[in-house]
Amino acid sequence: MDIQKLESYAREVRKDIIIMTSKAGAGHPGGSLSCTDALVALYFDVMNVDPKDDKNPERDRFVLSKGHAAPALYGTLCERGYFGKEEFDKFRQLHGILQGHPDTKKCPGVDASTGSLGQGISIAVGMALGAKHTGNKCRVYTVIGDGESQEGLVWEASMAAAHYKLDNLTVILDHNGLQIDGSNDEVMSLGDIKAKAVAFGYDVIEVQDGNDMKQVLDALHTPPCPGKPRYILLNTLKGKGVSFMEGQVGWHGKAPNAEQAEQALKDLEG
Amino acid sequence: MEKKAVRVAYGEALVKLGQTNNKVVVLDADLASATMTNAFKKEFPGRFYDCGIAEANMVDMAAGMSTMGLIPFCSTFAVFAGRNYDQIRNGVCYPKFNVKFGFSHAGITLGEDGGSHQAIEDIALMRVLPGMTVFVPSDANECYQCVEAAAKIEGPVFIRTARLATPVYDPRPFTVGKGTVIRDGSDCVIFTCGIMLEHTMEAAEILESKGIKTALVSFHTIKPFDEELACTYAAKCKKVFTVEEHSVIGGLGDTVASAIIGKGVEKFKKIGINDEFGQSGKPADLLKEYGLTGPQIAENILSNL
Repeated sequence: MDIQKLESYAREVRKDIIIMTSKAGAGHPGGSLSCTDALVALYFDVMNVDPKDDKNPERDRFVLSKGHAAPALYGTLCERGYFGKEEFDKFRQLHGILQGHPDTKKCPGVDASTGSLGQGISIAVGMALGAKHTGNKCRVYTVIGDGESQEGLVWEASMAAAHYKLDNLTVILDHNGLQIDGSNDEVMSLGDIKAKAVAFGYDVIEVQDGNDMKQVLDALHTPPCPGKPRYILLNTLKGKGVSFMEGQVGWHGKAPNAEQAEQALKDLEG
Repeated sequence: MEKKAVRVAYGEALVKLGQTNNKVVVLDADLASATMTNAFKKEFPGRFYDCGIAEANMVDMAAGMSTMGLIPFCSTFAVFAGRNYDQIRNGVCYPKFNVKFGFSHAGITLGEDGGSHQAIEDIALMRVLPGMTVFVPSDANECYQCVEAAAKIEGPVFIRTARLATPVYDPRPFTVGKGTVIRDGSDCVIFTCGIMLEHTMEAAEILESKGIKTALVSFHTIKPFDEELACTYAAKCKKVFTVEEHSVIGGLGDTVASAIIGKGVEKFKKIGINDEFGQSGKPADLLKEYGLTGPQIAENILSNL
C-alpha cells in the first residue's frame, strides 16, 4: 500500500483514539498515539490477516503487550474492517467488546488478552514457538512499551526467544520515553536499551523516527535474520499528532474533555 | 502395599498421554528430574520445552503455544502457584486458554527443603480463579485418571501432586467433579483430598474400633466441587470433619463449608495446617508435628464429637 494511504489511515486511527477516549472519559491516549503508525503499518501492509477470516490458523499474529494502548489497536482493527465504529460508543462500557484492555474472548482480531505488563511478549514468544512446533509459517508481532521493559518477564521472554531461535518473532519497542510517574530515566532508567536487546540475542533495527511511516515500513519489511528474533526499536513521541499531548507525561492515562477533543481532532486534520 | 509418589505417576501419565495425543507438549523450568517430566523428555525430546529457571515465562509461553492448537502441560513446584499467579490468572484463565498445570511437591510432606518450599496455599489460590479445574489426586492411580481427564477438558486445569511415596490403591471409578465414597458410616464423616487419604483411612479405622461409624469421602476434584455428595453425607452424619495437607484457610475445608452451610450440621471442624508455614523435617515427623497422622486425626475427631 502506498505511504500516503497508510498515513491517512494512521490519521483516522488517531482520530478514533481521541473520539474513543473522550467519549469514555478514560483510557490511555498518549501511548496509543505513539504506537499508531506501527500498528497501521502492520495491519494494512505487513501482516497477513483478513478480518473476514479472523480465525484462520495461518494468519499472522499480533499481541499488544502494552495493552493499555488498546485505543490504538481498536482504531486500527476498526479501520481494517474487524468491526464497526459504533463499538467506540461502548469502549470501556458495560457489555462492550472494547474492554479497557484487549480481551481475546470479546474482541474480534485480538489474539491475546493483555494489560498485565510483561505478559504479552511472553505469550507472543509462546505463539512463535508453537508456530515453529506445528510447522505454521505465520509470523508473530508484539508491541511492548519502554516502561513495560522494566518488567523482568520481558527479559525472561527475550532469553527464551533467542534460545529457541525464534526468527518468526518481531518485538517492537514503542520507545516514547515516558511512563505514568515521569520519564523512564526518572522512574527507572532503561540504560542502553539497544545494547541490552543486542546482548539478549535479538537482531536489532533502530528506527530514528518511529512515527515516520516510511521508516517504520522499511524496518518491518526487512527480511528476518535466520535463527534470531527481530527487535525493532522505534523512537516515538508520546501523544504524537496532538499538539498539547506531545511529549507530555500527563496524557498517559487521562482522557481529553470535549473541548480538548475538538482541539485534538483539529490538530489531526492538519 | 505398593508405594509410589503421585508426582511419579504424573510423569508416567504424561508419557502415556503423549503416545495417544500429539498435541500434548510439556514445559518445565529446570525441574524435570523432580517433577518427573524427564520421562516425557526422554520419550518425546521434540515435544519437551525447558524454560529455564523462569516460571512466569513458562506459563505465558504455554498460553501462547495453546493458541496454536497445542495442549501444554506446565510443570514446576506447587509453591510457584504463587510466583506465577498473575500469569496463571491473566495469561491463561482470563482468556480461558487450554493450558494444564502439573504442580508437584505440594504440602508439608515435601519435607527437608522446608517452609519456603512447602505449598500450603495453592488450592486456595487456584480454586478462586474462574474457569479453573482443580485436581488433587490421592494416589498414583487417581493421578493417571486426572492427567487423562485434564487433556480432555477445554480450558485451564491444575493438578496438585506430592513428592512423597504413598500407597497405591486399586483404581476406582473416576468422574470429573465427583467425590469418592471410601467407606460408609453414619456417626461422623471425614472429607479429605490428596495423600491424606492414607491417614484418614487409618483414622476412620481407629474410630470404627471405638464404635463410631465413620464415613470417609475423598475428593480428587476440588473444583468443580461435588456439593451434592458433600451435602448428602453432611446431612446423614451431622458431624463433619475435613482433613487436608493444606492451610485450613481456603482449601478443601472451606470448600466443604461453603457447600454444606445451612444443612443442619451439628459439628464442623477443619483439620489441616493452622494458618502457619511449615518447616524442615522428615515427612513422617512433619505429619506428626502438624497433627496429621491417623491416630492424631482420630483423637482430634474423638475430642470434638
